[in-house]
Amino acid sequence: MASFPTLLYKELLRFWKVGFQTVAAPVLTALLYLVVFAYALEGRMRVYDQVSYAQFLVPGLVMMSVLQNAFANSSSSLIQSKITGNLVFMLLAPISYLEFFSAYVLASMIRGLVVGAGVLAVTVWFVELRVVAPLWVIAYALLGGAILGGLGLIAGIWADRFDQIAAFQNFVILPLTFLSGVFYSIRSLPEFWQQASRLNPFFYMIDGFRYGFFGISDVPPLASLAVVAVSFVLLSTACLLLLRSGYKLRQ
Amino acid sequence: MTIAIEALNVEKRYGALQALAGVSLSVAEGEFFGLLGPNGAGKTTLISIIAGLARASAGEVRVMGADVVTDYRRARRMLGVVPQELVFDPFFTVRETLRIQSGYYGLRDNDAWIDEVIHHLDLGARADANMRALSGGMKRRVLVAQALVHRPPVIVLDEPTAGVDVELRRGLWQFIRRLNRDGHTIVLTTHYLEEAEELCDRIAMLKAGRIVALDSTRNLLGTFSGLVLRLRLDRETLPEGLAAEVLSGDAGHYALRLHDHGGLELVLRQLREAGATIRELELEPPDLEEVFLRVMRKH
Ligand SMILES: Nc1ncnc2c1ncn2[C@@H]1O[C@H](COP(=O)(O)OP(=O)(O)O)[C@@H](O)[C@H]1O
Ligand SMILES: [Mg+2]
Repeated sequence: MASFPTLLYKELLRFWKVGFQTVAAPVLTALLYLVVFAYALEGRMRVYDQVSYAQFLVPGLVMMSVLQNAFANSSSSLIQSKITGNLVFMLLAPISYLEFFSAYVLASMIRGLVVGAGVLAVTVWFVELRVVAPLWVIAYALLGGAILGGLGLIAGIWADRFDQIAAFQNFVILPLTFLSGVFYSIRSLPEFWQQASRLNPFFYMIDGFRYGFFGISDVPPLASLAVVAVSFVLLSTACLLLLRSGYKLRQ
Repeated sequence: MTIAIEALNVEKRYGALQALAGVSLSVAEGEFFGLLGPNGAGKTTLISIIAGLARASAGEVRVMGADVVTDYRRARRMLGVVPQELVFDPFFTVRETLRIQSGYYGLRDNDAWIDEVIHHLDLGARADANMRALSGGMKRRVLVAQALVHRPPVIVLDEPTAGVDVELRRGLWQFIRRLNRDGHTIVLTTHYLEEAEELCDRIAMLKAGRIVALDSTRNLLGTFSGLVLRLRLDRETLPEGLAAEVLSGDAGHYALRLHDHGGLELVLRQLREAGATIRELELEPPDLEEVFLRVMRKH
Protein backbone atom coordinates (compact mmCIF):
# COMPACT_ATOMS: atom_id res chain seq x y z
CA MET A 1 0.00 0.00 0.00
CA ALA A 2 2.79 2.44 -0.93
CA SER A 3 0.61 4.91 -2.86
CA PHE A 4 -2.38 4.87 -0.53
CA PRO A 5 -1.34 7.63 1.93
CA THR A 6 -0.57 10.06 -0.88
CA LEU A 7 -3.74 9.26 -2.78
CA LEU A 8 -5.75 9.81 0.38
CA TYR A 9 -3.87 13.04 1.11
CA LYS A 10 -4.53 14.28 -2.41
CA GLU A 11 -8.25 13.55 -2.12
CA LEU A 12 -8.48 15.27 1.26
CA LEU A 13 -6.46 18.29 0.18
CA ARG A 14 -8.68 18.61 -2.87
CA PHE A 15 -11.93 19.06 -0.94
CA TRP A 16 -10.31 20.94 1.91
CA LYS A 17 -8.94 23.61 -0.44
CA VAL A 18 -12.49 24.43 -1.49
CA GLY A 19 -13.94 23.85 1.98
CA PHE A 20 -16.35 26.72 1.70
CA GLN A 21 -18.12 24.94 -1.10
CA THR A 22 -17.61 21.35 0.07
CA VAL A 23 -18.20 21.73 3.82
CA ALA A 24 -19.71 25.12 4.73
CA ALA A 25 -22.36 25.12 1.99
CA PRO A 26 -23.89 21.71 2.80
CA VAL A 27 -23.94 22.58 6.52
CA LEU A 28 -25.92 25.70 5.71
CA THR A 29 -28.31 23.72 3.51
CA ALA A 30 -29.01 21.26 6.32
CA LEU A 31 -29.57 24.11 8.75
CA LEU A 32 -32.12 25.66 6.39
CA TYR A 33 -33.97 22.35 6.16
CA LEU A 34 -34.07 22.18 9.94
CA VAL A 35 -35.37 25.71 10.38
CA VAL A 36 -38.03 25.44 7.68
CA PHE A 37 -39.33 21.96 8.47
CA ALA A 38 -39.02 22.12 12.23
CA TYR A 39 -40.91 25.40 12.50
CA ALA A 40 -43.47 24.56 9.84
CA LEU A 41 -44.30 21.13 11.23
CA GLU A 42 -43.60 21.48 14.96
CA GLY A 43 -46.68 20.43 16.92
CA ARG A 44 -48.39 19.02 13.82
CA MET A 45 -46.05 16.10 13.48
CA ARG A 46 -44.98 13.77 16.28
CA VAL A 47 -43.21 10.57 15.37
CA TYR A 48 -42.19 9.18 18.73
CA ASP A 49 -43.88 10.23 21.99
CA GLN A 50 -40.74 11.22 23.84
CA VAL A 51 -39.14 13.03 20.90
CA SER A 52 -40.07 16.43 19.46
CA TYR A 53 -40.21 16.77 15.66
CA ALA A 54 -37.12 19.00 15.57
CA GLN A 55 -35.22 16.42 17.62
CA PHE A 56 -36.44 13.67 15.31
CA LEU A 57 -35.31 15.64 12.28
CA VAL A 58 -31.69 16.34 13.30
CA PRO A 59 -30.20 12.82 13.01
CA GLY A 60 -31.92 12.38 9.63
CA LEU A 61 -30.43 15.63 8.36
CA VAL A 62 -27.00 14.73 9.69
CA MET A 63 -27.07 11.33 7.99
CA MET A 64 -28.46 12.80 4.78
CA SER A 65 -25.51 15.21 4.74
CA VAL A 66 -23.03 12.40 5.36
CA LEU A 67 -24.50 10.35 2.50
CA GLN A 68 -24.86 13.11 -0.07
CA ASN A 69 -21.43 14.56 0.57
CA ALA A 70 -19.68 11.20 0.53
CA PHE A 71 -21.25 10.58 -2.88
CA ALA A 72 -20.43 14.07 -4.13
CA ASN A 73 -16.78 13.73 -3.13
CA SER A 74 -15.73 10.60 -4.97
CA SER A 75 -18.01 11.15 -7.98
CA SER A 76 -16.96 14.75 -8.63
CA SER A 77 -13.28 14.07 -8.02
CA LEU A 78 -13.17 11.16 -10.44
CA ILE A 79 -15.23 12.79 -13.19
CA GLN A 80 -13.08 15.91 -12.96
CA SER A 81 -9.93 13.87 -13.31
CA LYS A 82 -11.41 12.01 -16.25
CA ILE A 83 -12.59 15.10 -18.07
CA THR A 84 -9.53 17.25 -17.46
CA GLY A 85 -7.32 14.24 -18.24
CA ASN A 86 -5.23 14.36 -15.08
CA LEU A 87 -6.42 10.84 -14.24
CA VAL A 88 -3.46 9.83 -16.37
CA PHE A 89 -1.07 10.68 -13.51
CA MET A 90 -2.72 8.06 -11.34
CA LEU A 91 -3.01 5.56 -14.17
CA LEU A 92 0.70 5.86 -14.95
CA ALA A 93 1.70 5.14 -11.37
CA PRO A 94 1.92 1.68 -9.81
CA ILE A 95 -1.32 2.13 -7.87
CA SER A 96 -3.32 -1.04 -7.26
CA TYR A 97 -7.07 -0.92 -7.72
CA LEU A 98 -7.50 -1.74 -4.04
CA GLU A 99 -5.45 1.30 -3.04
CA PHE A 100 -7.40 3.47 -5.44
CA PHE A 101 -10.71 2.25 -4.04
CA SER A 102 -9.65 2.60 -0.40
CA ALA A 103 -8.27 6.11 -0.80
CA TYR A 104 -11.29 7.46 -2.69
CA VAL A 105 -13.80 5.83 -0.37
CA LEU A 106 -12.00 6.83 2.81
CA ALA A 107 -11.67 10.44 1.63
CA SER A 108 -15.38 10.46 0.82
CA MET A 109 -16.22 9.09 4.24
CA ILE A 110 -14.12 11.78 5.86
CA ARG A 111 -15.78 14.52 3.82
CA GLY A 112 -19.21 13.09 4.75
CA LEU A 113 -18.28 12.85 8.42
CA VAL A 114 -16.84 16.37 8.51
CA VAL A 115 -20.03 17.79 6.99
CA GLY A 116 -22.19 15.58 9.24
CA ALA A 117 -20.28 16.72 12.33
CA GLY A 118 -20.65 20.31 11.15
CA VAL A 119 -24.42 19.92 10.79
CA LEU A 120 -24.61 18.36 14.25
CA ALA A 121 -22.45 21.08 15.78
CA VAL A 122 -24.65 23.80 14.33
CA THR A 123 -28.02 22.22 15.08
CA VAL A 124 -27.31 21.47 18.75
CA TRP A 125 -27.50 25.24 19.25
CA PHE A 126 -31.15 25.06 18.26
CA VAL A 127 -32.25 21.61 19.31
CA GLU A 128 -31.53 19.77 22.51
CA LEU A 129 -30.24 16.33 21.70
CA ARG A 130 -28.90 13.33 23.52
CA VAL A 131 -27.11 10.27 22.22
CA VAL A 132 -28.09 7.07 23.97
CA ALA A 133 -25.97 4.66 21.93
CA PRO A 134 -22.99 6.46 20.32
CA LEU A 135 -21.47 3.28 18.88
CA TRP A 136 -24.51 2.78 16.67
CA VAL A 137 -24.22 6.39 15.52
CA ILE A 138 -20.59 5.90 14.58
CA ALA A 139 -21.11 2.52 12.93
CA TYR A 140 -23.94 3.78 10.70
CA ALA A 141 -22.14 7.01 9.81
CA LEU A 142 -19.03 5.09 8.78
CA LEU A 143 -20.86 2.44 6.78
CA GLY A 144 -23.24 4.92 5.17
CA GLY A 145 -20.35 7.16 4.15
CA ALA A 146 -18.44 4.19 2.76
CA ILE A 147 -21.42 2.97 0.73
CA LEU A 148 -22.07 6.36 -0.81
CA GLY A 149 -18.36 6.94 -1.39
CA GLY A 150 -18.26 3.65 -3.31
CA LEU A 151 -21.43 4.52 -5.19
CA GLY A 152 -19.87 7.86 -6.14
CA LEU A 153 -16.83 6.02 -7.44
CA ILE A 154 -19.04 3.78 -9.59
CA ALA A 155 -20.91 6.82 -10.92
CA GLY A 156 -17.61 8.55 -11.65
CA ILE A 157 -16.29 5.50 -13.51
CA TRP A 158 -19.45 5.17 -15.55
CA ALA A 159 -20.08 8.83 -16.40
CA ASP A 160 -18.42 10.62 -19.29
CA ARG A 161 -19.79 14.07 -18.50
CA PHE A 162 -20.60 16.23 -15.48
CA ASP A 163 -24.31 16.30 -16.27
CA GLN A 164 -24.47 12.52 -16.03
CA ILE A 165 -23.18 12.79 -12.46
CA ALA A 166 -25.76 15.50 -11.77
CA ALA A 167 -28.47 13.25 -13.21
CA PHE A 168 -27.33 10.37 -11.01
CA GLN A 169 -27.43 12.71 -8.04
CA ASN A 170 -30.87 14.13 -8.86
CA PHE A 171 -32.61 10.95 -10.02
CA VAL A 172 -31.03 8.34 -7.75
CA ILE A 173 -29.34 9.74 -4.67
CA LEU A 174 -31.75 12.57 -3.89
CA PRO A 175 -35.00 10.55 -4.19
CA LEU A 176 -33.52 7.65 -2.22
CA THR A 177 -32.42 9.95 0.63
CA PHE A 178 -35.68 11.93 0.67
CA LEU A 179 -37.78 8.77 0.60
CA SER A 180 -35.79 7.10 3.35
CA GLY A 181 -37.57 8.73 6.28
CA VAL A 182 -35.37 11.74 6.92
CA PHE A 183 -38.42 13.95 7.40
CA TYR A 184 -40.94 11.39 8.66
CA SER A 185 -41.27 7.90 10.05
CA ILE A 186 -42.27 5.38 7.41
CA ARG A 187 -44.97 4.20 9.83
CA SER A 188 -46.89 7.34 8.91
CA LEU A 189 -47.00 6.14 5.28
CA PRO A 190 -49.73 3.96 3.67
CA GLU A 191 -49.00 0.24 3.72
CA PHE A 192 -47.75 0.11 0.11
CA TRP A 193 -45.23 2.89 0.60
CA GLN A 194 -44.07 1.38 3.87
CA GLN A 195 -43.22 -1.82 2.00
CA ALA A 196 -41.59 0.15 -0.81
CA SER A 197 -39.45 2.06 1.70
CA ARG A 198 -38.16 -1.21 3.08
CA LEU A 199 -36.54 -1.88 -0.30
CA ASN A 200 -34.56 1.32 -0.02
CA PRO A 201 -31.18 0.67 1.64
CA PHE A 202 -30.95 4.35 2.62
CA PHE A 203 -33.95 3.82 4.90
CA TYR A 204 -31.97 1.39 7.05
CA MET A 205 -29.02 3.78 7.26
CA ILE A 206 -31.19 6.64 8.50
CA ASP A 207 -33.31 4.49 10.79
CA GLY A 208 -30.32 2.78 12.41
CA PHE A 209 -28.45 6.05 12.76
CA ARG A 210 -31.44 7.59 14.48
CA TYR A 211 -31.63 4.63 16.84
CA GLY A 212 -28.24 5.66 18.19
CA PHE A 213 -29.71 8.98 19.30
CA PHE A 214 -33.08 7.97 20.73
CA GLY A 215 -32.88 4.25 21.33
CA ILE A 216 -36.03 3.83 19.22
CA SER A 217 -36.41 2.96 15.55
CA ASP A 218 -38.79 1.46 13.00
CA VAL A 219 -36.59 -1.58 12.45
CA PRO A 220 -34.38 -3.30 15.08
CA PRO A 221 -30.89 -1.71 14.73
CA LEU A 222 -29.07 -4.99 14.31
CA ALA A 223 -31.31 -5.96 11.40
CA SER A 224 -30.66 -2.57 9.79
CA LEU A 225 -26.95 -2.98 10.34
CA ALA A 226 -27.06 -6.34 8.59
CA VAL A 227 -28.79 -4.79 5.55
CA VAL A 228 -26.33 -1.91 5.48
CA ALA A 229 -23.30 -4.18 5.88
CA VAL A 230 -24.46 -6.48 3.09
CA SER A 231 -25.08 -3.44 0.86
CA PHE A 232 -21.54 -2.28 1.57
CA VAL A 233 -20.01 -5.63 0.71
CA LEU A 234 -21.98 -5.99 -2.54
CA LEU A 235 -21.31 -2.45 -3.66
CA SER A 236 -17.60 -2.58 -2.82
CA THR A 237 -17.22 -5.85 -4.67
CA ALA A 238 -18.92 -4.38 -7.74
CA CYS A 239 -16.71 -1.31 -7.55
CA LEU A 240 -13.50 -3.30 -7.12
CA LEU A 241 -14.39 -5.52 -10.07
CA LEU A 242 -15.00 -2.45 -12.23
CA LEU A 243 -11.69 -0.92 -11.18
CA ARG A 244 -9.81 -4.13 -11.76
CA SER A 245 -11.24 -4.50 -15.26
CA GLY A 246 -10.14 -0.96 -16.12
CA TYR A 247 -13.66 -0.28 -17.40
CA LYS A 248 -13.81 3.23 -18.91
CA LEU A 249 -10.52 4.14 -17.24
CA ARG A 250 -8.01 2.22 -19.32
CA GLN A 251 -8.79 1.77 -23.03
CA MET B 1 22.75 -5.41 -22.80
CA THR B 2 19.33 -5.05 -21.20
CA ILE B 3 16.37 -4.31 -23.40
CA ALA B 4 14.59 -1.20 -22.11
CA ILE B 5 11.41 -1.59 -24.12
CA GLU B 6 10.38 -4.66 -26.01
CA ALA B 7 7.19 -4.85 -28.05
CA LEU B 8 6.17 -8.10 -29.73
CA ASN B 9 3.45 -8.16 -32.39
CA VAL B 10 1.42 -5.50 -30.64
CA GLU B 11 -2.05 -4.98 -32.06
CA LYS B 12 -4.72 -2.55 -31.00
CA ARG B 13 -8.23 -2.34 -32.40
CA TYR B 14 -10.76 0.36 -31.62
CA GLY B 15 -13.91 -1.25 -32.97
CA ALA B 16 -13.35 -1.57 -36.71
CA LEU B 17 -10.26 0.63 -36.65
CA GLN B 18 -6.89 -1.11 -36.47
CA ALA B 19 -4.76 1.48 -34.69
CA LEU B 20 -1.78 -0.89 -34.41
CA ALA B 21 -1.38 -3.80 -36.79
CA GLY B 22 1.39 -5.92 -35.31
CA VAL B 23 4.21 -3.70 -34.12
CA SER B 24 7.47 -5.26 -32.94
CA LEU B 25 10.48 -3.28 -31.81
CA SER B 26 13.05 -3.23 -29.09
CA VAL B 27 14.85 -0.30 -27.60
CA ALA B 28 18.18 -0.99 -25.91
CA GLU B 29 19.06 0.45 -22.55
CA GLY B 30 20.70 3.86 -22.89
CA GLU B 31 19.41 4.42 -26.41
CA PHE B 32 17.87 7.63 -27.68
CA PHE B 33 15.05 6.32 -29.82
CA GLY B 34 12.68 8.22 -32.12
CA LEU B 35 9.16 7.18 -33.03
CA LEU B 36 8.03 9.08 -36.10
CA GLY B 37 4.92 9.00 -38.19
CA PRO B 38 2.09 11.17 -39.47
CA ASN B 39 -0.92 12.01 -37.31
CA GLY B 40 -2.99 8.95 -36.59
CA ALA B 41 -0.11 6.53 -37.30
CA GLY B 42 -0.47 4.98 -33.85
CA LYS B 43 2.44 6.53 -31.94
CA THR B 44 0.35 7.62 -28.95
CA THR B 45 -1.50 4.32 -28.98
CA LEU B 46 1.79 2.41 -28.78
CA ILE B 47 3.01 4.64 -25.95
CA SER B 48 -0.30 4.17 -24.11
CA ILE B 49 0.12 0.41 -24.30
CA ILE B 50 3.71 0.62 -23.06
CA ALA B 51 2.49 2.79 -20.17
CA GLY B 52 -0.49 0.57 -19.35
CA LEU B 53 -3.00 3.33 -20.17
CA ALA B 54 -4.42 1.11 -22.87
CA ARG B 55 -4.43 -2.64 -23.27
CA ALA B 56 -3.14 -4.31 -26.39
CA SER B 57 -5.66 -6.42 -28.31
CA ALA B 58 -2.79 -8.83 -28.97
CA GLY B 59 0.94 -9.01 -28.37
CA GLU B 60 3.23 -8.34 -25.46
CA VAL B 61 5.18 -5.40 -24.10
CA ARG B 62 7.95 -5.40 -21.52
CA VAL B 63 9.70 -2.47 -19.86
CA MET B 64 13.12 -3.37 -18.44
CA GLY B 65 11.99 -6.98 -18.60
CA ALA B 66 8.73 -6.42 -16.70
CA ASP B 67 5.52 -7.29 -18.53
CA VAL B 68 3.25 -4.22 -18.58
CA VAL B 69 0.16 -6.30 -17.81
CA THR B 70 1.19 -9.12 -15.50
CA ASP B 71 4.00 -7.24 -13.74
CA TYR B 72 2.53 -3.77 -14.12
CA ARG B 73 3.78 -2.34 -10.86
CA ARG B 74 7.43 -3.03 -11.66
CA ALA B 75 6.98 -1.94 -15.27
CA ARG B 76 5.46 1.38 -14.21
CA ARG B 77 8.23 2.10 -11.73
CA MET B 78 10.72 1.75 -14.57
CA LEU B 79 8.88 4.14 -16.83
CA GLY B 80 8.30 7.91 -16.92
CA VAL B 81 5.84 9.18 -19.50
CA VAL B 82 5.26 12.74 -20.68
CA PRO B 83 1.77 12.64 -22.18
CA GLN B 84 0.93 14.37 -25.43
CA GLU B 85 -2.02 16.31 -23.97
CA LEU B 86 -1.30 19.28 -21.72
CA VAL B 87 -3.06 17.93 -18.63
CA PHE B 88 -2.82 19.17 -15.05
CA ASP B 89 -4.71 19.13 -11.78
CA PRO B 90 -6.11 22.65 -11.16
CA PHE B 91 -6.33 22.11 -7.40
CA PHE B 92 -2.60 22.06 -6.74
CA THR B 93 0.60 24.08 -7.01
CA VAL B 94 3.63 22.91 -8.97
CA ARG B 95 5.38 21.64 -5.85
CA GLU B 96 2.25 19.91 -4.53
CA THR B 97 1.79 18.27 -7.92
CA LEU B 98 5.33 16.89 -7.83
CA ARG B 99 5.12 15.77 -4.21
CA ILE B 100 1.86 13.98 -4.89
CA GLN B 101 3.29 12.31 -7.98
CA SER B 102 6.28 11.13 -5.91
CA GLY B 103 3.95 9.74 -3.30
CA TYR B 104 2.14 7.65 -5.91
CA TYR B 105 5.45 5.80 -6.29
CA GLY B 106 5.78 5.45 -2.55
CA LEU B 107 8.50 8.12 -2.33
CA ARG B 108 7.80 10.41 0.60
CA ASP B 109 11.19 12.03 1.27
CA ASN B 110 11.88 13.10 -2.23
CA ASP B 111 12.23 16.85 -1.84
CA ALA B 112 15.93 17.00 -2.69
CA TRP B 113 15.34 15.38 -6.07
CA ILE B 114 12.15 17.40 -6.66
CA ASP B 115 14.14 20.60 -6.04
CA GLU B 116 16.76 19.44 -8.49
CA VAL B 117 14.20 18.70 -11.18
CA ILE B 118 12.49 22.05 -10.53
CA HIS B 119 15.85 23.76 -10.88
CA HIS B 120 16.85 22.00 -14.10
CA LEU B 121 13.51 22.68 -15.72
CA ASP B 122 13.67 26.31 -14.65
CA LEU B 123 10.47 26.08 -12.65
CA GLY B 124 11.90 27.59 -9.46
CA ALA B 125 10.16 30.95 -9.74
CA ARG B 126 6.74 29.31 -10.16
CA ALA B 127 7.13 26.37 -7.78
CA ASP B 128 4.41 27.61 -5.46
CA ALA B 129 2.08 28.92 -8.15
CA ASN B 130 -1.15 27.12 -8.84
CA MET B 131 -1.06 24.97 -11.98
CA ARG B 132 -3.93 26.98 -13.44
CA ALA B 133 -1.81 30.14 -13.42
CA LEU B 134 0.97 28.64 -15.56
CA SER B 135 1.55 29.26 -19.26
CA GLY B 136 1.38 26.34 -21.69
CA GLY B 137 5.16 26.05 -21.86
CA MET B 138 5.42 26.00 -18.08
CA LYS B 139 2.72 23.34 -17.81
CA ARG B 140 4.68 21.25 -20.31
CA ARG B 141 7.76 21.50 -18.10
CA VAL B 142 5.77 20.36 -15.10
CA LEU B 143 4.64 17.35 -17.14
CA VAL B 144 8.28 16.52 -17.80
CA ALA B 145 9.08 16.98 -14.11
CA GLN B 146 6.21 14.68 -13.13
CA ALA B 147 7.57 11.98 -15.40
CA LEU B 148 10.94 12.20 -13.64
CA VAL B 149 9.99 12.30 -9.94
CA HIS B 150 10.64 8.58 -9.45
CA ARG B 151 13.90 8.62 -11.46
CA PRO B 152 12.72 6.10 -14.03
CA PRO B 153 15.42 4.45 -16.16
CA VAL B 154 13.16 4.70 -19.22
CA ILE B 155 11.57 7.99 -20.27
CA VAL B 156 8.97 8.32 -23.01
CA LEU B 157 8.04 11.75 -24.36
CA ASP B 158 5.02 12.07 -26.64
CA GLU B 159 5.47 15.24 -28.70
CA PRO B 160 7.01 17.17 -25.81
CA THR B 161 7.82 20.20 -27.93
CA ALA B 162 4.47 20.65 -29.68
CA GLY B 163 3.41 24.25 -29.18
CA VAL B 164 6.52 25.11 -27.20
CA ASP B 165 8.66 28.13 -28.08
CA VAL B 166 12.15 27.75 -29.53
CA GLU B 167 14.02 28.71 -26.38
CA LEU B 168 12.18 26.25 -24.18
CA ARG B 169 12.60 23.57 -26.81
CA ARG B 170 16.34 24.05 -26.76
CA GLY B 171 16.46 24.00 -22.96
CA LEU B 172 14.30 20.92 -22.83
CA TRP B 173 16.43 19.00 -25.29
CA GLN B 174 19.58 19.95 -23.44
CA PHE B 175 18.06 18.51 -20.29
CA ILE B 176 16.81 15.34 -21.99
CA ARG B 177 20.17 14.82 -23.63
CA ARG B 178 21.81 15.07 -20.23
CA LEU B 179 19.43 12.48 -18.85
CA ASN B 180 20.38 10.24 -21.76
CA ARG B 181 24.09 10.76 -21.08
CA ASP B 182 23.43 9.81 -17.45
CA GLY B 183 22.15 6.47 -18.69
CA HIS B 184 18.41 7.00 -19.12
CA THR B 185 16.78 5.43 -22.11
CA ILE B 186 14.79 8.01 -24.08
CA VAL B 187 11.93 7.38 -26.49
CA LEU B 188 10.38 10.37 -28.15
CA THR B 189 7.86 11.25 -30.79
CA THR B 190 8.03 14.59 -32.53
CA HIS B 191 6.90 16.35 -35.67
CA TYR B 192 10.15 18.29 -35.84
CA LEU B 193 12.24 15.95 -37.95
CA GLU B 194 15.37 18.02 -37.60
CA GLU B 195 15.12 17.47 -33.83
CA ALA B 196 14.80 13.73 -34.31
CA GLU B 197 17.72 13.69 -36.74
CA GLU B 198 19.91 15.55 -34.30
CA LEU B 199 18.97 13.62 -31.17
CA CYS B 200 18.03 10.04 -31.99
CA ASP B 201 20.41 7.12 -32.35
CA ARG B 202 17.72 5.00 -33.92
CA ILE B 203 14.36 5.71 -35.49
CA ALA B 204 11.20 3.77 -36.18
CA MET B 205 8.73 5.16 -38.68
CA LEU B 206 5.12 4.24 -38.21
CA LYS B 207 2.33 4.48 -40.74
CA ALA B 208 -1.24 3.30 -40.29
CA GLY B 209 -0.30 1.12 -37.34
CA ARG B 210 2.70 -0.56 -39.00
CA ILE B 211 6.43 -0.01 -38.77
CA VAL B 212 7.58 0.98 -42.24
CA ALA B 213 11.20 1.78 -41.40
CA LEU B 214 13.39 0.90 -38.44
CA ASP B 215 17.11 1.63 -38.47
CA SER B 216 19.85 3.79 -37.07
CA THR B 217 19.52 7.45 -38.02
CA ARG B 218 22.81 7.22 -39.90
CA ASN B 219 21.65 4.25 -41.98
CA LEU B 220 18.31 5.88 -42.73
CA LEU B 221 20.08 8.97 -44.02
CA GLY B 222 22.48 6.74 -45.94
CA THR B 223 19.70 4.98 -47.88
CA PHE B 224 19.00 8.32 -49.37
CA SER B 225 21.86 9.18 -51.66
CA GLY B 226 22.11 12.31 -53.74
CA LEU B 227 20.95 15.85 -53.25
CA VAL B 228 17.71 17.68 -52.72
CA LEU B 229 16.81 20.49 -55.09
CA ARG B 230 14.24 22.92 -53.70
CA LEU B 231 12.46 25.11 -56.21
CA ARG B 232 9.77 27.71 -56.36
CA LEU B 233 8.24 27.99 -59.80
CA ASP B 234 5.82 30.38 -61.43
CA ARG B 235 3.38 27.53 -61.96
CA GLU B 236 1.58 24.72 -60.14
CA THR B 237 2.61 21.86 -62.42
CA LEU B 238 5.94 20.34 -63.29
CA PRO B 239 6.83 19.40 -66.85
CA GLU B 240 6.23 15.77 -67.85
CA GLY B 241 9.12 13.33 -67.74
CA LEU B 242 11.36 15.37 -65.52
CA ALA B 243 14.75 13.70 -64.97
CA ALA B 244 14.38 13.76 -61.17
CA GLU B 245 12.29 12.10 -58.49
CA VAL B 246 9.70 14.43 -57.00
CA LEU B 247 9.86 14.28 -53.21
CA SER B 248 7.18 16.80 -52.45
CA GLY B 249 5.26 19.45 -54.27
CA ASP B 250 2.75 21.96 -53.09
CA ALA B 251 1.55 25.26 -54.55
CA GLY B 252 4.59 25.90 -56.71
CA HIS B 253 7.13 24.72 -54.12
CA TYR B 254 8.92 21.53 -55.09
CA ALA B 255 11.58 19.26 -53.64
CA LEU B 256 13.32 17.09 -56.23
CA ARG B 257 15.90 14.41 -55.72
CA LEU B 258 19.06 14.55 -57.82
CA HIS B 259 21.67 11.81 -58.08
CA ASP B 260 24.53 14.27 -58.24
CA HIS B 261 25.38 17.80 -59.24
CA GLY B 262 25.39 16.77 -62.88
CA GLY B 263 21.66 16.12 -62.68
CA LEU B 264 21.05 19.75 -61.95
CA GLU B 265 21.92 20.91 -65.44
CA LEU B 266 19.49 18.43 -67.00
CA VAL B 267 16.57 19.46 -64.78
CA LEU B 268 17.19 23.15 -65.37
CA ARG B 269 17.23 22.60 -69.12
CA GLN B 270 13.97 20.64 -68.99
CA LEU B 271 12.35 23.42 -66.98
CA ARG B 272 13.58 26.08 -69.38
CA GLU B 273 12.30 24.11 -72.38
CA ALA B 274 8.89 23.82 -70.70
CA GLY B 275 8.87 27.60 -70.32
CA ALA B 276 8.88 27.55 -66.49
CA THR B 277 10.46 30.42 -64.62
CA ILE B 278 12.40 29.65 -61.47
CA ARG B 279 11.66 32.07 -58.63
CA GLU B 280 13.87 30.46 -55.96
CA LEU B 281 16.38 27.64 -55.95
CA GLU B 282 18.33 25.79 -53.27
CA LEU B 283 20.52 22.72 -53.31
CA GLU B 284 20.87 20.73 -50.10
CA PRO B 285 22.28 17.50 -48.77
CA PRO B 286 19.55 15.01 -47.83
CA ASP B 287 17.96 15.26 -44.38
CA LEU B 288 15.60 13.14 -42.34
CA GLU B 289 12.59 14.96 -43.70
CA GLU B 290 13.38 13.71 -47.20
CA VAL B 291 13.85 10.18 -45.92
CA PHE B 292 10.59 10.41 -44.02
CA LEU B 293 8.60 11.70 -46.99
CA ARG B 294 10.03 9.02 -49.25
CA VAL B 295 9.33 6.22 -46.80
CA MET B 296 5.79 7.47 -46.24
CA ARG B 297 5.10 7.68 -49.96
CA LYS B 298 6.52 4.24 -50.68
CA HIS B 299 4.20 2.48 -48.20
N1 LIG C 1 -9.67 5.99 -27.70
C1 LIG C 1 -9.74 5.83 -29.01
N2 LIG C 1 -10.88 5.38 -29.57
C2 LIG C 1 -10.96 5.21 -30.91
N3 LIG C 1 -9.97 5.45 -31.77
C3 LIG C 1 -8.81 5.89 -31.27
C4 LIG C 1 -8.63 6.11 -29.87
N4 LIG C 1 -7.37 6.54 -29.67
C5 LIG C 1 -6.79 6.61 -30.89
N5 LIG C 1 -7.64 6.22 -31.86
C6 LIG C 1 -7.35 6.13 -33.29
O1 LIG C 1 -6.20 5.34 -33.46
C7 LIG C 1 -5.37 5.85 -34.50
C8 LIG C 1 -3.99 6.13 -33.96
O2 LIG C 1 -4.05 7.25 -33.11
P1 LIG C 1 -2.80 7.80 -32.30
O3 LIG C 1 -2.11 6.66 -31.65
O4 LIG C 1 -3.27 8.89 -31.43
O5 LIG C 1 -1.89 8.38 -33.47
P2 LIG C 1 -0.62 9.33 -33.40
O6 LIG C 1 -0.25 9.51 -31.96
O7 LIG C 1 0.41 8.62 -34.20
O8 LIG C 1 -1.03 10.62 -34.03
C9 LIG C 1 -6.09 7.08 -35.02
O9 LIG C 1 -6.82 6.72 -36.17
C10 LIG C 1 -7.00 7.47 -33.90
O10 LIG C 1 -8.14 8.13 -34.39
MG1 LIG D 1 -0.08 11.22 -30.86
